[in-house]
Amino acid sequence: MTKATQVYVTYIRSTPEKVWDALTNPEMTRQYWGHSIVSDWNPGSAWSLRRISDPNFSAACGKVVECSRPERLVLTWSKPQDPSVVSRASFDIEKLEDAVRLTVTHDELEPASEMLRGTSRGWPIVLSSLKSLLETGKGLDSDKLFRC
Amino acid sequence: MDAVFRALADEGRRTLLDRLHARNGQTLNELCEEMDMSRQAVAKHLGILEEANLVVVQWRGREKLHYLNPVPINEIAERWIGKYERNRLAALSALKQALEGDSK
Repeated sequence: MTKATQVYVTYIRSTPEKVWDALTNPEMTRQYWGHSIVSDWNPGSAWSLRRISDPNFSAACGKVVECSRPERLVLTWSKPQDPSVVSRASFDIEKLEDAVRLTVTHDELEPASEMLRGTSRGWPIVLSSLKSLLETGKGLDSDKLFRC
Repeated sequence: MDAVFRALADEGRRTLLDRLHARNGQTLNELCEEMDMSRQAVAKHLGILEEANLVVVQWRGREKLHYLNPVPINEIAERWIGKYERNRLAALSALKQALEGDSK
């Protein structure tokens, strides 16, 4: 059966370095993702997305495939309870004149899987929240409204 | 944001988004099938959707594939929907869908 691919793009008024740090720094991810991302970011190393209230619980985990700051990050992506099912998330950061184009390509997904349903709900929220944090200083966890 | 509303204000373009929602990553040829529209018209609508960042294009070898990008729609929703309303609205939306069947 063919694996499914999802592509998400957001434009952020920021710099590639700041977007990169927002994706890889646990202090940043907890502000807009509600989880801390943890890794040493060496290719082959493990990474995980840990719940703030319970760091023993990971929402997702995998290995670092490629890590080229500030342009491209590729991760394998699994649920800790089912590490044999492996998908892949690639983050491409492209500098534009006064903004950054961030593309998240999540591929190698099993069609009609719980993972696919989760990522299709999750990525738009995570990316909107990341954009909000970098442009206004507040992630979506804040009750405040923000500009599009 | 104006570009998103303009792009969504057309039945044909909404149908194209529906088709990508049903099956993501299609070529222009695939999207032309079953569309009551010329190839040129479909290409033009896809261009408007792409400009509004509702459709993203990726090349796989020689194939140009179109993907639905719901991020701008989420940004619009977040502007008027608070964090705590999200679950209640999802429940209402699920109820409406269950009661009305799959019809749109």
